[in-house]
Amino acid sequence: MGKIASSGNKGGTGFMGWLNARLPVTQFYKDHLSEYYAPKNFNFWYFFGSLALLVLVNQILTGIWLTMHYKPDASQAFGMVEYIMRDVPWGWLIRYLHTTGASAFFIVIYFHMFRGLLYGSYKKPRELVWIFGMIIYLALMAEAFMGYVLPWGNMSYWGAKVITQLFGAVPWIGDSLVEWVRGDYLISDATLNRFFALHVVALPLAIVALVVLHIAALHTVGSNNPEGIEIKKHKDENGKPLDGIPFHPYYTVKDIFGVGMFLLIFLFIVFVKPDMGGLFLEHDNYVPANPAVTPEHIKPVWYFTPFYAMLRAVPDMQLGALIMLLAIVVLFFLPWLDRSPVKSIRYRRWPFKLMLGMFTVTFVILGWLGMQGATELYKLMAQVLTAFYFFYFVWLFFYSRNEKYHEVPERIEDH
Amino acid sequence: MTDNVNKSRRNLLLSTGAVGVVGAGFAAVPFLKSWLPSERAKAAGGPVKADISKVEPGQMLNVLWRGQPVFLVNRTEKQTAVLESLKDKLKDPESESSIQPDYINDIYRARKSNFLVVVGICTHLGCSPKYYPDLVPQQFDSEWKGGFFCPCHSSRFDISGRVFDGSPASRNLDVPPYTYLDDYTIEIGNDGEQA
Repeated sequence: MGKIASSGNKGGTGFMGWLNARLPVTQFYKDHLSEYYAPKNFNFWYFFGSLALLVLVNQILTGIWLTMHYKPDASQAFGMVEYIMRDVPWGWLIRYLHTTGASAFFIVIYFHMFRGLLYGSYKKPRELVWIFGMIIYLALMAEAFMGYVLPWGNMSYWGAKVITQLFGAVPWIGDSLVEWVRGDYLISDATLNRFFALHVVALPLAIVALVVLHIAALHTVGSNNPEGIEIKKHKDENGKPLDGIPFHPYYTVKDIFGVGMFLLIFLFIVFVKPDMGGLFLEHDNYVPANPAVTPEHIKPVWYFTPFYAMLRAVPDMQLGALIMLLAIVVLFFLPWLDRSPVKSIRYRRWPFKLMLGMFTVTFVILGWLGMQGATELYKLMAQVLTAFYFFYFVWLFFYSRNEKYHEVPERIEDH
Repeated sequence: MTDNVNKSRRNLLLSTGAVGVVGAGFAAVPFLKSWLPSERAKAAGGPVKADISKVEPGQMLNVLWRGQPVFLVNRTEKQTAVLESLKDKLKDPESESSIQPDYINDIYRARKSNFLVVVGICTHLGCSPKYYPDLVPQQFDSEWKGGFFCPCHSSRFDISGRVFDGSPASRNLDVPPYTYLDDYTIEIGNDGEQA
């Protein structure tokens, strides 16, 4: 009894004291908000972590509401989506928030990842933060793909067919693996049902758990910043980083501003152009699934198209699937491929800036190519760009070993 | 510390752990196997009959078998005449790595040389190729000799479903097991007696 009371004093008196003696609420609040010291020089690129969290909450909330009106049944699914759009009060808004949220999620995540590339946020000691982030990215791709199948439109159907067929590229067991994934000899009700289960239960649970790990790992090592300077190197007598400011209120206020700006754009799209001219919601998906009619031009939603372009660039299915897989796997190793001691692009020289710029442009053009029909010219372009995508990592590995760079200051300067 | 290890307790701990892992492995089996096609799905995958009496030369009939389109093509002499000459342009002219029954292994890839039966699913990524019967230049091939073209990723197949070089698909179109019940009725999904 005495022990609980004495440890309770640290957490205050009254109700908070009672609570803190049983659950360290105040300590948690301090560790992660009011006394989590983040570098004082965060810029525009640091909005996207909190925005990703916002979109995640949006997806979970609207997703739960959508399941209240939807049935994962091949004969009813398409009709249920129509029903949500036309008959359910405010159903159209909830669905558009969810579909636009899916695209917004990837926009935010791509900006968030690009920030990491700019400022070397994946480097020691933040390798695990990067790896958890990459796993979240993978889980998000699976989540988005399965969610896309649920409306059971024709593009849902054929997209599901093409993507599940990729499992056929696994040597020896490929064909039976495809049957196992589909639960039938074709994409059918069984497939729709299991995708629903994974989309609404399994993957969201995994993603939330991974986000907790991502943030826990980040708060253990501390945030990077545009200068790439470790603020933990210089602390005052209380152990508080001299170049750090408490996350709350400084960055909560900054992030709320970011949320405002984001919602302005996001809601404009939701209300005015939710299909984004076929980019966020594809026209072929307004037709019910039909196994006998292939859409004129099968393409995934925009966020998968860079990898889709790579898949198509290779004139052999097994090799193509492997290339696509490697394109994602190679990112996991980035912390060890980039051997430069300097984190931020601000202190790296022109070869790095040029190559990162070209890499970024390559990724964007591949994304564009993945949306186009397959002509010989586009195929050749995709082949060249796919080769450059991989070359970038090879180049980085060798270049960064003895890279020349500008002297990095010890402290973050005030401007 | 190491001196104080109680060997028998440590062994008990390890063997308990090992049994636990094996148990978890067995427990995973029903969960993994529940993803396999159900009995109902297997039953629905039974043979399908097709009446080909009204398929004129040059025409194609599209029949669903196991949810897959199966193409039944009544080929003209003109269409089959080019088969031999295409050899150099094909990835697998002899259909050595194709998925097809043993009883159709020539360039016609059919039980009866004029009548083609293939699964209308591109072996690349599962789209359904379109039938371009005429031997006229096409947008995708200026020397088109008739066959199938996949609009998804531009795989090209000849009139026997053999894949052309330069297509993303690596395998010829699959031929399902099928048999003639009489001159005008084909049963897909049934091998019949080996002809």
